Amino acid sequence: MHRRVVVTGMGAMTAIGNSVKAFWEGLLQGKNGVGPITHFDPAQFSTRFAAEVKNFSFDGILDVRESNRMDRYTQMAMVAAHEALQDSGMDLEKIDHDMAGVVVGSGIGGIQSFETEHGKYIEKGPRRVSPYFVPQMISDIAAGQISIRYGLKGPNYATVSACATASHAIGDAARLIKYGDADIMVTGGSEAPITPMGLAGFCSMKALSSRNEEPGKASRPFDRERDGFVMGEGAGILVLEELEHARKRGANIYAEIRGIGFTADAHHVTAPAPGGEGAVRAMRRSAEDGKLNLNEVDYINAHGTSTPYNDKNETAAIKALFGDHAYKMNISSTKSMIGHLLGAAGAVELIVSVLAIKHNIIPPTINYEFPDPECDLNYTPNVPQERRVRNAISNTFGFGGHNACILVSKFE
Amino acid sequence: MSLEEKVKEIIVEKLGVAADKVKEDAHFIEDLGADSLDTVELVMAFEEEFGVEIPDEDAQEITTVKAAISYLRKKMDQAD
Repeated sequence: MHRRVVVTGMGAMTAIGNSVKAFWEGLLQGKNGVGPITHFDPAQFSTRFAAEVKNFSFDGILDVRESNRMDRYTQMAMVAAHEALQDSGMDLEKIDHDMAGVVVGSGIGGIQSFETEHGKYIEKGPRRVSPYFVPQMISDIAAGQISIRYGLKGPNYATVSACATASHAIGDAARLIKYGDADIMVTGGSEAPITPMGLAGFCSMKALSSRNEEPGKASRPFDRERDGFVMGEGAGILVLEELEHARKRGANIYAEIRGIGFTADAHHVTAPAPGGEGAVRAMRRSAEDGKLNLNEVDYINAHGTSTPYNDKNETAAIKALFGDHAYKMNISSTKSMIGHLLGAAGAVELIVSVLAIKHNIIPPTINYEFPDPECDLNYTPNVPQERRVRNAISNTFGFGGHNACILVSKFE
Repeated sequence: MSLEEKVKEIIVEKLGVAADKVKEDAHFIEDLGADSLDTVELVMAFEEEFGVEIPDEDAQEITTVKAAISYLRKKMDQAD
């Protein structure tokens, strides 16, 4: 029997909103989440701004003892998972726990914990390294912690594929449901990379925008004056459910996970393949997997990092695959507002795609001022656009040449 | 602050328990909800606070509030 997978709950933590509702409102207002770094003193760095989560609170979800044993990335995943499960309306007492699992990834994991404990090692030696260091730092621990909190005893692991991490997590989770390993999956990604080492590393790569004089204009995907990405942080968690399971309990169904496309560039560690060749195959594969004609895709939530290379190559890839239809679709990069959430990007951006389908509104690409001849599609500049959205593709591409695209459709 | 008060304060902070739960005969694992990693962290915090080194074989014996206080008192007396 063909098992279909639907989205029945969502939770988000981003620089423009600490819940899905606040996030969506921010997206439609074109709210800008980018500002000077406050997590530490960035004076020595060539980039001194990022899209930080504001007023993060885990009150009522984690107690002090629990939170002390978690890296920020796990804390944010716990809060987003709480929201997603509440939103799903699921009675956790009544589910078959063996058929409920978690796949939640992080591109980097607990880098702040690593830096803190490494500092203790340098200063005071190995005997002062916390026994919690390893279980705080490892990038699978959010998945583990969510399962422990809610008693979810089905498949449980993390994916790691840099900026494609969450899309791989969601794709795997959908397939675990499709193949009958689970009826319910809590899935997505979380990232808290705004630390001295995280920033230093990306600065050294010259991957980040250095528009320190105007941080609010730094994340400008597809604009001619773009000069690099802006680091973000946050978490996105979705509750996926087998269709009949969702129907039986009368769940609110947001959309259907319809197709999954995973490929590799096999080209270079950080540079995308010429013409976005790997991206072309990943988007095509997601449509094939969903048995959808390409001209039925209405919206692409682009990877759109605001780096010179990504945006040019992604545009070329979309044009190569969709031909004339490329000009009829709406495309937008919500990274213009929330920065690049790295391993969580695919999750918050799939939430954007789901909400675009639900509300028939495309959130904009803000900071779009100067057209680039190499980026000539409809990027939904600066203001949201209403249109019927039946099918959307969420694109994510990670260092290492990982490409992961998720096709999500109106549930009918 | 006395040694006894300081030990209790560390336990309250590290285990996230209410101060009135930290009675002399309270067992870290059975009464205060600690796990094996918590007990390692507690011993580490004692070492840090009191500037002593607690060998693993001694650490294994420090399982209650009382044991911690008497061990550290003895250790501090030796140091003096």
